[in-house]
Amino acid sequence: MSALHVEGLGYSAGGRALVTDASFALQPGSFTMLIGPNGSGKTTLIRLALGLLKPDTGTARLAGEDVQRLSMRQRALRAAYLPQSRPLAWPQPVIDLVALGRFAYGGGPGRLAGDDAIAVEKAVAACRLQPLLHRSADTLSGGELARVHLARAMATEAPLIVADEPAAALDVRYQHEVMQLFANATGAGRAVLAVVHDLTLAARYADRLIWMSEGHIVADGTPADTMTAERLRSVFVVEADVAVGASGDVSVEIAGPAA
Amino acid sequence: MTGLPGQLREGGLNMALVAALALVLLLALTLGSVSLPLDRALLALFGGGSAGDRIVIWQIRLPRVLAAGLVGAALGLSGAGLQGLLRNPLAEPGVLGVSASAALFASATLYFGLAVAGPLTLPLAATFGALAATGIVAAAALRTRSVVTLILIGVGLSSFSAALMALLMNLAPNPFSLADMVNWMLGTVANRSAQDLLFAAPFLIAGGALLFGARRGLSALTLGEEAAEGLGLNLRRQRVLIILGAGLATGASVALAGSIGFVGIVAPHLVRPLVRHDPAKVLLPAALLGALILMAADIGVRVLPTDSELKLGVVASLLGAPVFIWIAARRRLIA
Repeated sequence: MSALHVEGLGYSAGGRALVTDASFALQPGSFTMLIGPNGSGKTTLIRLALGLLKPDTGTARLAGEDVQRLSMRQRALRAAYLPQSRPLAWPQPVIDLVALGRFAYGGGPGRLAGDDAIAVEKAVAACRLQPLLHRSADTLSGGELARVHLARAMATEAPLIVADEPAAALDVRYQHEVMQLFANATGAGRAVLAVVHDLTLAARYADRLIWMSEGHIVADGTPADTMTAERLRSVFVVEADVAVGASGDVSVEIAGPAA
Repeated sequence: MTGLPGQLREGGLNMALVAALALVLLLALTLGSVSLPLDRALLALFGGGSAGDRIVIWQIRLPRVLAAGLVGAALGLSGAGLQGLLRNPLAEPGVLGVSASAALFASATLYFGLAVAGPLTLPLAATFGALAATGIVAAAALRTRSVVTLILIGVGLSSFSAALMALLMNLAPNPFSLADMVNWMLGTVANRSAQDLLFAAPFLIAGGALLFGARRGLSALTLGEEAAEGLGLNLRRQRVLIILGAGLATGASVALAGSIGFVGIVAPHLVRPLVRHDPAKVLLPAALLGALILMAADIGVRVLPTDSELKLGVVASLLGAPVFIWIAARRRLIA
């Protein structure tokens, strides 16, 4: 069963179609990236898929269930969500933030029953947070915070992680570190869907790219199949050199905006 | 992993606050214009001693200290709940204009002579005023992400309520009702009867129960509203519970004591670092500390040798406003 299956999703606001007829399915163990220019509808599509917005048309299914029929808690058990803005209200210790990943199970800061404690411990280990466990969140660097958010998403043990720009505003090392952690998470049988703006990262880490432009999905496939100079010109309006190596690895070099 | 020591520490904090409350309660029973030694006070409390002692304890001092404690607890709890919901340490019934609006509605019942209609009229009016203001602030909070805007709306609401209060006072038919209204504005627990407590209690208990029932959701909100929904929180329900709870509790406190400011900021702020900043765990100790602060402050206004007794609300603002400025000046993680 696919972790997420969306079919014919459409949504408009203020007389403008933000997402039109979007369909795709995510299989366990795959790292899928949603790419497209600003305002192409990526975040709206994610919110529709998670049931945070009610679609005008179409359906989204999480592990086979129509998301609009699920309670918030049931959704949380099927998909962990890392939104684009991740403001922390209070300077809490890292361990308590990761513990929030167990909210849907009744756990939380200072109240982790057996299963909860094990899940949190695993997520902490996967994101290498042991040295930071008791640090206050407001003393962490951007890269460290990104790992904390990923850990609390992993602590949910949901079969799907959806992340909106998880690597934005990170320096190059942390960008790769975060992508590596997501790739590891798919290795454990999860499906990951991430909005990513950096095309180099997309070409390097994604198993599959879903291309969006003006609310439509315009291409869907492996980086080797879909990352072409023509597509970069039509979707992002840039001139680029794309080279596909013998083993299928793709490298992208952006020359500049297209005329 | 780290659950157990943390829980022990929070348990210890709450126990210590309860012990301090018991101590201050006893102190409040013994101190006053006539000083009762502890043994006589205890004797009278448990139904013995002279008739005069029993009257002093049961009809004057106990209702007064309990009123101070309940009001402090309601304000500490409401402050902690609103702060968790709005993700902002400066949110508080006083700052957001909730207390002022409740006091306005309470005064209006006095001004129009509605308070004689029944003993529940005043608490009902105060609670209605508190709910209306909390609703306005919460609606504004949903439209704006800006903390500054929110505080400014609270300031505006406060000022408008104060202006209408001033109007009522301006038009007051006689000095007696004027003095009554001034009392509501300044905030005091002097001369409260057991009946006053009884009629405010249902609102207070209902509000407290709603706030406590919704406390886990406040933990989730630390990550932001969108992420909290992703964690499985029903955001709409969470907002309604906290707003209703804070409105009921604040309304009850205003019905009992008039508007008393800043307790709702100071109490949660002081205990927050001791519960590792978890907005769910702040609620209980914030209520206990709020009670402690007002009970102690009320002893202070009773024993201070001033010509006319200081009002509790005046003292609370004198102590609390500087703390508000201090918190505002050094807050971290501004969002």
